[in-house]
Amino acid sequence: MAQSSDLDLVNVIKRFGAYAAVNDVSFSVASGEFFSILGPSGCGKTTLMRMIAGFEHPTSGDIRIRGKSMIGVPANKRPVNMVFQSLALFPMMSVGENVAYGLACRGVPRAEAEERANRMLERVGLKGFGDRRVTALSGGQRQRVAIARCLVLEPTLVLLDEPLGALDLKLREHMKIELKQLQATFNTTFVYITHDQSEALVMSDRIAVMNQGRFEQVGSPRELYHDPATPFVASFVGETNRWQGEAAPGPNGAISVRLPSGTVVQGQGRVTDKASLAFVRPEAIALAQDPSSLSNLPNRFEGRVSAVLFDGANSSLLIDTAGFDQPVRAVLPQAGPLAGIKVGAPIHVGWTADAMKVFAA
Amino acid sequence: MSRKPFQSLTLFLLLAPAILWLGLLIVLPHLEILVLSVSERVAPRVYTFGFGNYLEFFTEPLYWRTFARTAIMSILVTAITLVLAFPIALYIARVAQGRLKAMLLLLCLLPFWVSELVRTLGWMILLRETGVISYMLRAVGLAQQPVELLYNDGAVILGLVYGGLLFMIVPLANALESLEPSVVEAGFDLGGSRWTVLRRIVIPHAMPGIVAGSIIVFMLTVGNFATPVLLGGKNGLWFTEQIYAQFITRFNWPQGAAFGMLLLMLSSAIVWAGLRLTGQSLGSTLKQA
Repeated sequence: MAQSSDLDLVNVIKRFGAYAAVNDVSFSVASGEFFSILGPSGCGKTTLMRMIAGFEHPTSGDIRIRGKSMIGVPANKRPVNMVFQSLALFPMMSVGENVAYGLACRGVPRAEAEERANRMLERVGLKGFGDRRVTALSGGQRQRVAIARCLVLEPTLVLLDEPLGALDLKLREHMKIELKQLQATFNTTFVYITHDQSEALVMSDRIAVMNQGRFEQVGSPRELYHDPATPFVASFVGETNRWQGEAAPGPNGAISVRLPSGTVVQGQGRVTDKASLAFVRPEAIALAQDPSSLSNLPNRFEGRVSAVLFDGANSSLLIDTAGFDQPVRAVLPQAGPLAGIKVGAPIHVGWTADAMKVFAA
Repeated sequence: MSRKPFQSLTLFLLLAPAILWLGLLIVLPHLEILVLSVSERVAPRVYTFGFGNYLEFFTEPLYWRTFARTAIMSILVTAITLVLAFPIALYIARVAQGRLKAMLLLLCLLPFWVSELVRTLGWMILLRETGVISYMLRAVGLAQQPVELLYNDGAVILGLVYGGLLFMIVPLANALESLEPSVVEAGFDLGGSRWTVLRRIVIPHAMPGIVAGSIIVFMLTVGNFATPVLLGGKNGLWFTEQIYAQFITRFNWPQGAAFGMLLLMLSSAIVWAGLRLTGQSLGSTLKQA
């Protein structure tokens, strides 16, 4: 057991009757790491987190914190604190009392607990808020109280269960950065649970993608995005084009995928079956009005713009392309010559074989 | 503008039943009792204004002792009811689900299907010298002679607690139900023991329900008549008995009226003190009840 790992899960299984909510999950989180578990709702990520916190007990397997098994240790005795999805601040207490609660539970004298709570509030930017009612705070402030309440106890591990879910978009974007900064200043290990891939990608050092009770892939945000291990990861993390077809060995070690329409595209991957799935990121698709500039790409097609999805820097085009059953999605650079393109305009698209990942379906 | 008188007439008609109810059944009798209580009889059918009836209360030890005894025992009954009702309400609100929850509430309600008198007679059948419990104690050899369990303070408290339980459970369960499960979990997660979570999170959250239930049970207990009379017998000594005696036996209505006013003041004062002590307002409490 490496000394530097704060949390180790070993073959953890949780069954509810015959249904396995968490199915043989193992992973380690290093000290000071921001680790995210990303998955759609119902994938078992909340059950997993509740087991780490001590509110559920694994059917089998072991959960270790700094090498010590937590099996049979109740929630209030674990060096783990949780930021709940609803935040679960204590409405019957003031902000200061909320933060001092955990210290009081540990038997820290009242005056010292109050002082430490005030210092912690200052560090999260809530100086002088100690006497306020919890209900009198804004969403972002409540968020900070919930985190301060955990951090004041100096836990080995902070668990965060989609705490940004209830905030509006602008504040959520802001809190993402703030959370990351807080984690860096306190250098505490964070385990963050979310269904929002953008939250996971922005904040995490490493991400585990979870689906149907299992981990599909564990890796850095960059790895997951550029080198997905499974079709689920490829489609769940980030935007992507997805086509079904039949794979066959192609030229130069590439794989040729024959789409139902008969069109053949070139990609990369390890495919044993014939039935396969091909994925291309929208930003990997080159756009041109003149076909000659795409002549070195193995995949070149001609299409017509069917929709312009303007979203500032995230703008994209949907392009009706002969041979593809769904329009091809491509990022539209707002600084390029195509920025003003209109629906119905003819356009050429192309991508490299490396940009297209092929998986067995 | 022409609609205005019509609207106020509608409002008046809609309010009329409530005003009549309050006016005829509550305000008017109390005014009458207030007037009665400050009249002294100087000759047959001749009354003058004076506080003699109230003075009588303070000079005759039996009266104010009964009064104090009623107050203390009512507080005791309320406290016992609260302690007994809290775990039951906690179970109904937080553990029981769906049909079980409805079943349990129905079970609490069931005894109220029969009249208070019949329920109290039921306790008498159980507790009297020739009753069920006395018989069973003899049958298993725990007692040689018939045991009289009636006509003592314990029996009175038992009967009153039994009668008040439902009125404590319902507001408590209501208050506890609105407590978010994750708040309780957070209480444990941050290192709280069961006792800490109960003391710092569950009880403060349930406070409006606790106060509402306590007020209801206290009022019902102080004003109860049948239970202390039947289960306490001569030892019952409940203040309502004194009022009854003045009105019905002694036919001294002014004296009875003064006692009635004193009882009203007593319960108001204790309810006020209870609200002040727990820092609750009447408004938030009434919402729970």
